[in-house]
Amino acid sequence: MGEVGIGMARPAGAGIVDADVHCTVPSAAALFPYLADHWVEQIRQSGFSGASENAYPPGIPTSARPGSAPGDGRPAGSDLDVLRTQVLDVDGVEAAILNCAYAVDTIRNPDAASAIASAVNDWQLAEWLEVEPRLHGSLVVPSQIPELAVAEIERLGDDPRFVQVFLPARSAVPYGRRDFHKVLAAAVERDLVVSLQYGGFPGNPPTAVGWPSYHIEEYVGMASVMQSQLMNLIAEGVFDAFGDLRVSLVEGGFTWLPSFLWRFDKDWKGLRREVPWVRRPPSEYVHDHVRLTTAPLDLDTHRPEAFATLFAQVGGADVLMYASDHPHLHADTGDDWTSMLPEDARAPVLGDNARAFYRLNR
Amino acid sequence: MSIHVVARLDEVPPGTRKVVEVAGREIGVFNVDGELFAVRNRCPHMAGPLCEGYVSGAVSSTTPGEYHFDRVGEILRCPWHQWEFDMRTGQSWFDPARVRVRAYQARIASGASLVATDEAPATTTDAAPPAEGMVPGPYVAETYPVSVEHDYIVVDLLSR
Amino acid sequence: MSVTERLPDTADTRATGGMVDCDVHTALRSPDAILDYLPTRWHTHHRTFGGNGYYGSKYPKSVPNAARVDAWPGSGGAPGSDLQMMREQLLDRWDIDVAILNPGVHSGGSRNLDYAAAVASAINDITAAEWLDHDERLRGSLVVSFEDPPAAVAEIERLADDDRFVQVYLQVRTTQPLGHRKYWPIYAAAEAHGLPVGVHFGGNSGTPITGAGWPSYYLEDHVGNAQSFQAQLTSLVLEGVFERFPGLRYVSIEGGTAWVPPLAWRMDAAWQRLGDEVPHVTRPPSETIAERVWFTTQPIEEPPTPGDFLDLLDTFPSLVDRLMFSTDYPHWDFDDPDHAMKHVRLPDGAEEKIRSVNARALYGL
Ligand code: FES
Repeated sequence: MGEVGIGMARPAGAGIVDADVHCTVPSAAALFPYLADHWVEQIRQSGFSGASENAYPPGIPTSARPGSAPGDGRPAGSDLDVLRTQVLDVDGVEAAILNCAYAVDTIRNPDAASAIASAVNDWQLAEWLEVEPRLHGSLVVPSQIPELAVAEIERLGDDPRFVQVFLPARSAVPYGRRDFHKVLAAAVERDLVVSLQYGGFPGNPPTAVGWPSYHIEEYVGMASVMQSQLMNLIAEGVFDAFGDLRVSLVEGGFTWLPSFLWRFDKDWKGLRREVPWVRRPPSEYVHDHVRLTTAPLDLDTHRPEAFATLFAQVGGADVLMYASDHPHLHADTGDDWTSMLPEDARAPVLGDNARAFYRLNR
Repeated sequence: MSIHVVARLDEVPPGTRKVVEVAGREIGVFNVDGELFAVRNRCPHMAGPLCEGYVSGAVSSTTPGEYHFDRVGEILRCPWHQWEFDMRTGQSWFDPARVRVRAYQARIASGASLVATDEAPATTTDAAPPAEGMVPGPYVAETYPVSVEHDYIVVDLLSR
Repeated sequence: MSVTERLPDTADTRATGGMVDCDVHTALRSPDAILDYLPTRWHTHHRTFGGNGYYGSKYPKSVPNAARVDAWPGSGGAPGSDLQMMREQLLDRWDIDVAILNPGVHSGGSRNLDYAAAVASAINDITAAEWLDHDERLRGSLVVSFEDPPAAVAEIERLADDDRFVQVYLQVRTTQPLGHRKYWPIYAAAEAHGLPVGVHFGGNSGTPITGAGWPSYYLEDHVGNAQSFQAQLTSLVLEGVFERFPGLRYVSIEGGTAWVPPLAWRMDAAWQRLGDEVPHVTRPPSETIAERVWFTTQPIEEPPTPGDFLDLLDTFPSLVDRLMFSTDYPHWDFDDPDHAMKHVRLPDGAEEKIRSVNARALYGL
């Protein structure tokens, strides 16, 4: 196991589930086998490079952990064998949730976005999920056009190798809004988790106060975006409207959750007449419907007391799912933090929560 | 010793309220279409003057976008942070089991009945002296001289 | 050394006095009440074209003027427009020693920058003439047209000698994040005059209040201000404003407090990994925040288990020296001085700092 391995004893009785690992489409050409001839020609002849924007610019320290690039010019996260070596074959790991952050939402041509999303999913199926049964996939959808997102969920959502629908955290309108309910409904109908993940390129600024200058600000700010999306999902009543809806918040941190819910619960008490379909305090919906991944941890391992406080306040044993976020790497100390987990929270956080949430043992 | 005359009925016509002091506590008396409610004027949240808030109806819903509005006039909303209380029970909307304001039984009593009956309202120590036309009897209204020609609002401090 | 060990210059806890309320709002009796203070050039404009704001952000809210229902003066003006009522409902009732007045009218959301500057000056003149002159307990915040920094600087210069004005006053919903260099002249002027820069809940910059587009409900607009404050603090720290202006002190007003420790650590972790991008940031963000940033308490977070707030505070102890009590009178989400802090169960000494000591030290009261 490498210097950034999981670094912990195997929890008794059950294997580790890594709730967030990435696969990267190496190039637009990699999708050609999965695209109609018309699109292949159009992409070739126009020089279109695909959804090239990357929420993690290649080459910056968070984007690729040591050894995660295959070494042949392809980007980190594009090689299954590397993922096996660095994650899946590590002692104790049983399964991983595979996420492809291919930025379909940057493609404004709706037909191209839709075709490319389908190609990415067929590529995931053929080159990752089919050949590696320990991986469970996430459907890429053209999230900017709800009807087309639904069509893609209908096309592939019944395939048990997909366990969730990937939505970029940043969006033009928040995902609880009524015009998006059809997407949530399509996911729920197929027992798919709806997953909000780091990233998104909707064109509107990533903050309430405009465009920041630096990547690091957007990186930090993604936690605020997660708060906003969660707020909207709850305020729009989706957890009552879709009682079986499950939402994962991936790669946006979790330490913000307690303070966010304190404010939200407080405001709800006085303003709930505006949203009478929100029948319970916002925090209760989180506990029942929402899970969060542990990467980035947003704490360093020198703060065990802060970790203990926040872990307890988040209800970590119930709502957190361990994630490596491979090939990303958010801290030099890798997974060392898991030694701070309370004994009785190890099994839930390292595997049981994700297994139950994604229904992996069915 | 818990029943108090708090107002003459015509002082609180339908659609109005009056905040009175009874036995050292402020109580809001509300007349909702002839039905009387009495609620302590102190919000359990931060002690805001609850009875100065809006009176409204109950807003509920079974699905996003649907607003069901009924029980108009029976829900009292704190003037500060807008917590809602059911004036019939004192229960808060958001946590009826644990967060509530004291609500009291309020009813109409005729001056004649107050003067004559045995179910007489209680006295209070700082009672106003009986005024003209009032029969000194087993009770003294707290601040209201009671006369036989009028109707009164009485509040039972031990009720509910 | 861990951040929490390095407590910033702690105010002398013995030098206490009565309570300081760091967020009290004044209002105009009526929209035209400003005319006496506006140059005639703007009189007709004020009634016709107006501010030409960033429109399109309307929600049916909970109460008129976002005010406590019991705060409407009998005199007919808006809540916060009547000094006598403010005395009765706030200053006298809680024996408040000093109240910082934050005008409810702000010109920062006006796209007509000349009008914005004129309104800012008028509001400040009203603060002085109609409030500060009449009650010694009051202090003022200087309204500036922050989207036009040269005009904002001129306004700071105009009134900086009146030491009853204790801070430069902005709204949180700016058109660009406050760390952006566009705003730096404001910080230079504030620093030069020893004035903290206070940023308050509200405003409208035309940008959705979330990084994920417009939400549907006022509930979200109200909750969402916290994320706006998070974005501002992130920007100020990571664009290096505190390094560039070593005397600058920043006050986050009505933006929440409990999110501060987690955000500070998230910034620390990000800076450790990605600091190469922002070489102007020379120390861990949590240290900068601990020293240079103050927060008013209202609306105090109310965790279901009151002790949770204190547990969180314990992980970032310097915050005890940076929180400042505020009521937000006369707004509906007012925090009552007798009850608000009960929700957070502070230890001995901490309460005194938060109610009085910290604000006195910051504002030089
Ligand atoms: S004081 Fe009544 S709701 Fe807060």
